[in-house]
Amino acid sequence: MDFALSSEQLEIRELALKFAKNEMIPHAQEYDEAGTFPHEIFRKAWELGLINTCIPAEYGGTGFSSVDSVIISEALAYGCMGMNTSFMANDLALLPIVIGGSHEQKKKFLEPFTQDFKIASFCLTEPGNGSDAGGIKTQIKDGGDHWIVSGEKMWITNAGYADLFVVYGTIDPNLKHKGISAIVVDPKSPGIELGKKEDKMGHRSSDTRGVRFNNVKVPKENMLGKPGEGWAIAMKTLDHSRPLVASSALGGSARALELCIQYSKERIQFGVPIAKHQAIQFMIAEMGMKVEAARLLVHKAAWLCDQGAHNTEIASYAKAFASDSCMQITTDAVQIYGGYGYSKEYPVEKLMRDAKLIQIYEGTSQIQRLVMARELLK
Amino acid sequence: MNIFVCVKQVPDTETKITPNGDGSFIETASIKWIMNPYDEFAVEQALLVKQANPAANVTVVRVGSVKDTEALRTAMAMGADEAVLVEAVDNLDSYSIAKALKGAIEKTGKKPDIILTGKQAIDDDALQVPQILAEMLNLPSVSVIVGFELAGNTVKVKREVEGGALEVYEVATPVLLAANKGLNTPRYASLPGIMKAKKKPMAQFSLADVGVSDADRRVKYSGFKLPPEKPAGKKFDATDATKQKDVVAQVVGLLRTEAKVI
Repeated sequence: MDFALSSEQLEIRELALKFAKNEMIPHAQEYDEAGTFPHEIFRKAWELGLINTCIPAEYGGTGFSSVDSVIISEALAYGCMGMNTSFMANDLALLPIVIGGSHEQKKKFLEPFTQDFKIASFCLTEPGNGSDAGGIKTQIKDGGDHWIVSGEKMWITNAGYADLFVVYGTIDPNLKHKGISAIVVDPKSPGIELGKKEDKMGHRSSDTRGVRFNNVKVPKENMLGKPGEGWAIAMKTLDHSRPLVASSALGGSARALELCIQYSKERIQFGVPIAKHQAIQFMIAEMGMKVEAARLLVHKAAWLCDQGAHNTEIASYAKAFASDSCMQITTDAVQIYGGYGYSKEYPVEKLMRDAKLIQIYEGTSQIQRLVMARELLK
Repeated sequence: MNIFVCVKQVPDTETKITPNGDGSFIETASIKWIMNPYDEFAVEQALLVKQANPAANVTVVRVGSVKDTEALRTAMAMGADEAVLVEAVDNLDSYSIAKALKGAIEKTGKKPDIILTGKQAIDDDALQVPQILAEMLNLPSVSVIVGFELAGNTVKVKREVEGGALEVYEVATPVLLAANKGLNTPRYASLPGIMKAKKKPMAQFSLADVGVSDADRRVKYSGFKLPPEKPAGKKFDATDATKQKDVVAQVVGLLRTEAKVI
């Protein structure tokens, strides 16, 4: 057993953290306040190879392992969980192509993302279907020499800026899971209508919208796998993406812990730094314990994924534990900062708002527990 | 065109420095090493020259411990072609370092056209190596440069002087130039760059290989210790006009006998 990161992974983390500190943290608050999409920061991160880590070397990508990807994602989320949502959404959208695409599809859809800075969206959730992803209503009909996509998607990250959509729909709602199919759609296709940018509690720099597909014509060759294989592709995508999303919560937690250590040594109450008070020490100890435990779960879930081993249960542990503990840690961070913590002048209230979303997206904490129980009791 | 960049590896600016057990140097076991920030400007300038002259070769040279080669690997990940490392203790003096750098440059067999360095290292702040090295190589040198324009065999450099004024020099190559902040914005080492750096050559020499011996030491460290903690200041109440004369006499007396500054 070896818990150490390789020298290469240490260098990767170093670069990602340097980027987070120099390029993300100085802008995080301002972008959050105004809800500005971090276009240029996104581009810079892409130039350094920090984005689209799932693309294999064969198609011009970095060919990073899942463990490498979660190391990068933790560091970028340390910079800003909201911006990292935009960054991560690219991987989330490209993973179904990596997992379910043919060689030709990978060449056609993945390579442009390594040659130019491009943005992608993963379109799964609908206004009426979140946790119940199997109940998708968006239809993919056979139009002869093309597919016709119609329906409505909701909470689509990066939608307003995307160069590529991966859309989940059904070829026949009566087939339930067996009808679900994944298809690559050009966002410029006629018939696509974007909703307004959602005004969210946190992750405000990330662009989130509804997308309506009005009989959108899509080339036949854009279907990933065979019609009806979408559910299997989506499930495999989750095995990769849950550790990634968990690492985002972990990055936010690590930042909150670091800020609290620093602040509690500076803030004087009753004549001593508050770090000398046991009430504060216990909260900080709890944070440290949770950060470490979450990191072990995240790394194990990613490592299992790299081994090609079944990681569904561990990935759910990682996602639920990392996001729930991030919520607790960032809430305590606001508590430690006291009145200052509640003010936007200080960085911790944003962390608390950002933490909440990670308990919701990519499978709520409750859905994760259903998955865990199903795995444990099967 | 052969460009050499001399880099130093220094403790990260956030490191808490403590003397080691016997006070012979600082505790290095827990230090996170980084490339000296001024040297990053030197590396970036070399890479900018290489971008404009694809045939140019950029070699980074460092004298120091081999345990951690962070600075050289970073420079190669940023885009330098190769590296030379001279193994030495981390508290060598400026003269020995300059002599070792000269020896290492000569060992490569490449005739330098431009040598770039940072104007100073942020650990010991000696500000000597660039000038000593230039003297040893019999090259012209300009330090504290904030502007660089290469045209043929001439470099036009701007250097900062007191009061924020700039001096402009035209120097013929070969030349040694020491960079200041403001010269450029150093690039990040990209992830593909980090991968490529692993395959780039790094030559390694001992001090003896490059002609440096103990006899070259001009400065020996007698000990390292933290500065004494500053005692609390003294306050003198001079609000009562009748007592001001006494208070002033008292202050002046203490400045003479205790603070010993007058």
